[in-house]
Amino acid sequence: MTRVFVSADMASVALGADEVADALSKAGAEVLRTGSRGLFSIEPLVEVETEAGRIGYGPVAAADAARVLTGDHPKRLGPVEALPFFARQRRLTFARCGVTGPLSLADYAAHGGWRGLAAARALSPSEVVDRIEASGLRGRGGAGFPAGRKWRTALEAPGDEKFIVCNADEGDSGTFADRMLMEGDPFLLIEGVAIAGHAVGAGYGYVYIRSEYPFAIDSLRRAIELSADRVAPFGLEVRVGAGAYVCGEETSLLDSIEGKRGQVRAKPPLPAHVGLFGAPTVINNVLTLAAAPFILAEGPEAYAALGYGRSRGTMPVQLAGNVKNGGLFETPFGVTLGELVNDIGGGTESRRPVRAVQVGGPLGAYFPPSKFDLPLDYESFAAEDGLIGHAGVVVFDDTVDMGRMARFAMEFCAIESCGKCTPCRIGSVRGVETIDRLIAGGRRPADPVEALAQMRNAAAGAHGRASELALLRDLCQTMRHGSLCALGGFTPYPVLSALKYFPEDFGLTPEMAELA
Amino acid sequence: MTQAMTDEIAHLVALHADRRGALLPLLHDVQAALGYVPDEAVSAIAHGLNLSRAEVHGVVTFYHDFRRAPPARHMFKLCRAEACQARGSAAIEAEAARRLGVAMGQTRLDGEVTLEPVYCLGLCATGPNAMVDGRPVSRLDSARLEAIAASWAL
Repeated sequence: MTRVFVSADMASVALGADEVADALSKAGAEVLRTGSRGLFSIEPLVEVETEAGRIGYGPVAAADAARVLTGDHPKRLGPVEALPFFARQRRLTFARCGVTGPLSLADYAAHGGWRGLAAARALSPSEVVDRIEASGLRGRGGAGFPAGRKWRTALEAPGDEKFIVCNADEGDSGTFADRMLMEGDPFLLIEGVAIAGHAVGAGYGYVYIRSEYPFAIDSLRRAIELSADRVAPFGLEVRVGAGAYVCGEETSLLDSIEGKRGQVRAKPPLPAHVGLFGAPTVINNVLTLAAAPFILAEGPEAYAALGYGRSRGTMPVQLAGNVKNGGLFETPFGVTLGELVNDIGGGTESRRPVRAVQVGGPLGAYFPPSKFDLPLDYESFAAEDGLIGHAGVVVFDDTVDMGRMARFAMEFCAIESCGKCTPCRIGSVRGVETIDRLIAGGRRPADPVEALAQMRNAAAGAHGRASELALLRDLCQTMRHGSLCALGGFTPYPVLSALKYFPEDFGLTPEMAELA
Repeated sequence: MTQAMTDEIAHLVALHADRRGALLPLLHDVQAALGYVPDEAVSAIAHGLNLSRAEVHGVVTFYHDFRRAPPARHMFKLCRAEACQARGSAAIEAEAARRLGVAMGQTRLDGEVTLEPVYCLGLCATGPNAMVDGRPVSRLDSARLEAIAASWAL
């Protein structure tokens, strides 16, 4: 019987992979479900096992799926690894994703699984932290904080009870690496959490997954059950979010696990000192924890040898939006934005010119093609008032209205604000109104309150574009510096970058945008 | 609430009562069993978990997922986030509202369909995306929308 591999990843299923798998079963093939290889323009992808290795076909429709078994399907791709999109990658974290059965312990062990945990448990906790520090691994959730330092702080914090919390609340639009990993290689994350547990002396862990990811929740829960003996005495469980973007912020995530409203906590104290249920807690993103097994198994030098500047190792970049070759591209830091969008992504899917890319989710800056020489590196992006975030790259063609996108950034912040701090809760609402007035031409008379005698600092006359623009900039500065967390604090990034690079979409001349 | 609903809630509360941070998992289970979290359930939940009613109410109303009224027969969650916008979701949103006969964020008066926004399903290279009665659907276009509406006899 011919063996074929079909992805059961949520994205593949959304494109019809289940129907294709059914059709192949009916045609007499033995169908094995894997995670996704990560290139969605060829999904649903079918790989047929032959003497010459696995031969890919895609995209395959259910109606003509059986033709891949006879080898005369027109969408023959050959060995998938040889496609340029995959040949150019350096997969450390995603090495198994799309290749192995996600819930097969035998596959996981046969492809190098559990070696990192075994290596870690042969070392003292402090030695494990030494290795993480030496690797240069930084938090992959967005802030880029050195993982080793976080672990060291938790290790040295006094306490009988400590926790590992995995932040799998991947809410940024344009990102899906956490989801793909949890669906396609869940044991890797479990191994990483268990390594962190050994390193800081924690006996229990929580993986907080957003409710929008039902496949990942199911996959990880089953994987935890299957591997319980393997990671014991360490134990862990999945907690499911409830549709609040702000719970991706680490302290509100902790409150959410505790069963409270997901509101941000003021820091200090750091979670590494006073975290979940008041105990010292390491909270890391999925990709941070999933990098640990490689570092322990292959040595920190192998990881640190890759990268750019102070950004070491690889980053699973997610190419999204209006892009021809959308998907997951794991690469060492240092690749430029232009290489990612044009060479690897192949430009827009609509075949129109690229006008803007947003890097790092709803809180990331919009960049025009003139900034495509920016290298993927935390410091380089920060220097341009942007962020890498979770490395989602959303591509827009020339039909995009950047005034509308700036407004949406404020609107999203208003919808998702936890309400704890004023700059975010109220500033975002005022931001939407101000952008609306700016785009509408900014002309309105001074309102009755402004006209009161005691409002000495209010504008006296009618407002024009210039005064609305000044107001918006002032508001952005207040949100940037006055908000408790990155939601209110970073929402100005997309707004100000849209203003800076695309002033014409707000009805402004470049000179006006400069002046204000 | 019917007696069966009250019993179900009591059963679920007992199941979760000893768990740390039990409230969210419990609310998820109540919603899975009943379709929503009735306001009348709040005091039983608060009592069972040794919380105040205000605390439980606060959590139910904080999270977008929890519903306080029974859901429609069909749930259409359409992604409104940036990556889907880059692929034309605004036009599909208008078309979905027209074809399903309900405005974004609303439930039809006949209780057939709820159209809700969702901010990212993590399928960002193949939008516009939706969760249609719990099934993910990518590359949403007029034809797919029409097929879904037809399958619901709308």
